[in-house]
Amino acid sequence: MTELTNRERMSIPRQAMPAQEAEARRTNFDEVALGFTMELVQQEADRCLQCKRPHCVDGCPVGVLIPQFIAALREGDMEGAVRAMKEKNNLPAICGRVCPQESQCEVKCVLAKKGEPVAIGRLERFVGDYELAQRTCPLERGEPTGKRVAVVGSGPAGLTCAVDVGREGHEVVIFESLHAPGGVLVYGIPEFRLPKGVVQAEIDYAVECLGIEMRLDAVIGSLYTLNELLDQENGAGFDAIFLGTGAGLPSFMRIPGINYNGVVSANEFLTRVNLMKGYLFPEYDTPVKVGDRVAVVGAGNVAMDAARCSLRLQALRQREGAEVHIVYRRSAAEVPARAEEVHHAEEEGIIFDFLTNPIEIYGDENGNVCGMRCIRMELGEPDDSGRRRPIPIEGSEFDMDVDMVVMALGTSPNPLVFKDAGGLERFKWGTVIADEETGRTTKPRVWAGGDVVTGAATVISAMGAGKRAADDINAFLREGIDPWA
Amino acid sequence: MYKILHKKVLSDVNKLMVVSAPDVARKAQAGQFVIVRIDEQGERIPLTIADYDREAGTITIIFQEVGKSTMHMGMLNPGDEFATFTGPLGHETEVENYGTVVCVGGGVGIAPIYPIARALKEAGNRVLSIIGARSKELLFWEDRMRAVSDELVVCTDDGSYGRKALVTEPLKEMLEEHRGEITRVWAIGPAIMMKFVALTTEPFEVPTIVSLNTIMIDGTGMCGGCRVKLKEGAKFVCADGPEFDAHQVDWDLLLARQRYYLDEEKRAVEQWEHKCRLEAQG
Ligand SMILES: Cc1cc2nc3c(=O)[nH]c(=O)nc-3n(C[C@H](O)[C@H](O)[C@H](O)COP(=O)(O)OP(=O)(O)OC[C@H]3O[C@@H](n4cnc5c(N)ncnc54)[C@H](O)[C@@H]3O)c2cc1C
Ligand code: FES
Repeated sequence: MTELTNRERMSIPRQAMPAQEAEARRTNFDEVALGFTMELVQQEADRCLQCKRPHCVDGCPVGVLIPQFIAALREGDMEGAVRAMKEKNNLPAICGRVCPQESQCEVKCVLAKKGEPVAIGRLERFVGDYELAQRTCPLERGEPTGKRVAVVGSGPAGLTCAVDVGREGHEVVIFESLHAPGGVLVYGIPEFRLPKGVVQAEIDYAVECLGIEMRLDAVIGSLYTLNELLDQENGAGFDAIFLGTGAGLPSFMRIPGINYNGVVSANEFLTRVNLMKGYLFPEYDTPVKVGDRVAVVGAGNVAMDAARCSLRLQALRQREGAEVHIVYRRSAAEVPARAEEVHHAEEEGIIFDFLTNPIEIYGDENGNVCGMRCIRMELGEPDDSGRRRPIPIEGSEFDMDVDMVVMALGTSPNPLVFKDAGGLERFKWGTVIADEETGRTTKPRVWAGGDVVTGAATVISAMGAGKRAADDINAFLREGIDPWA
Repeated sequence: MYKILHKKVLSDVNKLMVVSAPDVARKAQAGQFVIVRIDEQGERIPLTIADYDREAGTITIIFQEVGKSTMHMGMLNPGDEFATFTGPLGHETEVENYGTVVCVGGGVGIAPIYPIARALKEAGNRVLSIIGARSKELLFWEDRMRAVSDELVVCTDDGSYGRKALVTEPLKEMLEEHRGEITRVWAIGPAIMMKFVALTTEPFEVPTIVSLNTIMIDGTGMCGGCRVKLKEGAKFVCADGPEFDAHQVDWDLLLARQRYYLDEEKRAVEQWEHKCRLEAQG
């Protein structure tokens, strides 16, 4: 096979992701994006120019060796691709599916200037799926050190930290309050975007290889407090703790009518659907309601997921003429969700009401939602976040005919874990104060990372934080130097 | 997995189970609850801790068979296991010596009121108790309640045992008789009972504490499905409660929220009974 020239590489179009047709997928919870075939992988990998100074890597919060794994793919060397991937990323099947590649690695790709970056995420997913099926490159545990690390929370931050600490030979116990591991990956992100089997397989693979103990149903702050976990005499006697408890506390708007039946947080709705499999009721015991006219307030990933779950439930239950609206107070340009999700949502028939903000929810005599009053907005000067501030247009109030309202407005850390955790300082909005480079908190022997530090962010940034903290924990346990002393 | 060690049928629909959960038992306090799940298909059900034994590592739960999940639970036997048994969740009951207090338990609410009455008694309070149920078959733990109370009134709605009355009747009489002496009332039972207890004690200005049993999922403050409207704003029952000042609660909204899933519950029960019939036929 002769080497392609760069010109030839650049003439290959970006390969489209095979996906379920919009009409079909609206009626099921199966995965939408079906994944590349080996042939598509070859085509796409051939597009990579193997830049000397690859900018894509700079865009990745964990610095995945992108050109290396793509080069191996191009050679058909799957094991090599897996090895290159696992240098930096232990959960590629997950990241390939949910990372916002368009604003991280792919945006930095030299081909992006022409609008068609290499589909790095789709290639990553292929490598991840291959490894889950083949297990060519199992993680190896170092010599046991006799040191013990408690990881609180089994989301991407906790899992990543557990793996990197476990590889060093330390004994790791993960404490998770829910009955299934994975954090938002299992209770929030729906099956059609991230199959729960993939999450479980990634976790099982890592946990088995490294002998990590997974303790489910274990609410820290109650079953054990942080101080009890650290207590060497009477407590559980861990040498270090990593806190990766996420930002699970939902917020509700402060408007009249917010407590009527049918006003739910996206967390409640998505947990019923995903973790509890409410879409399979009554085969599964947990019911989930869906309205005929659903308004989802917000436009992040969470809002898209809630909207698309609503749509599928309506279709499964044959609600003729049903509608799902995304109600967002800014404009299309500010939508924070992943581009692919917005695109999929539009294809599936979600209606977007931009520059619209709810001001009151109406209830009927049974306490059920029967309408929502909104006001139109316009964009003013940029605010602290750099985004243009939405301002209500006086006199533009109008009523929306809705029977269910899902609040997808952002979340903050659940304070439960902070009980009896003296010395652990937090910002007034609830996130834990931790050093960005090392994850060290203000409490000795406690590290933190992920959404509990940043507030709701991304899977990959949580993983990055888990990795950096693991490096620091490993150094601390190896050298025995107390950075808090 | 969490093994059922012991089961006692308290009445047709009320069952008691002692479950092995050493970690939960190590920390459990009166007033807190656990979340249980029967199996992979199961829903997460909140149940108040009726008793605990730290040495034996066990938690006692009592439940009334009202829906599919509790009916299914009622068919489990010693040796069977719960897939999930997590806790202790929520805040413990604040117990001090307040002087004279009243404890009201209605129906299956007798189970969670018992450890509270016991703790109050141990703290030196004079404990006046009232327990009630629809009929004699639904009453239990009269002996236990008597053992920790200075006075005990037992009533049934239909008069099949004890006094024929709703619990609010003897409560009102006690409040009148011991006017100024009674400093606090605890009430646990069906929401409608707790609402009327709140209305009964309000004119006497006696602080009244209720333990709310709203619909829950996670039980850790993650979903807001359990929220209750108080005069001061909404609270999450699982994380902020489960005990609240009864005079603060918007009872009508609470009752409406409890009815929200009635259709689904009915469907689940029908499906379950159908399945049980098929299995019985072999
Ligand atoms: C619906 C939804 C869709 C999303 N879509 C995307 C996407 O497409 N792409 C993307 O990059 N990001 C997405 N995100 C954001 C991303 O999922 C989070 O940023 C990421 O999961 C944070 O990881 P984490 O490990 O910090 O916390 P989490 O994933 O929240 O995990 C925290 C874990 O800690 C547990 N826990 C909490 N308190 C305790 C306690 N006291 N004791 C024991 N355990 C406890 C929780 O049960 C949970 O399992 C989405 C988020 C949501 C909600
Ligand atoms: S049960 Fe979810 S917040 Fe209380």
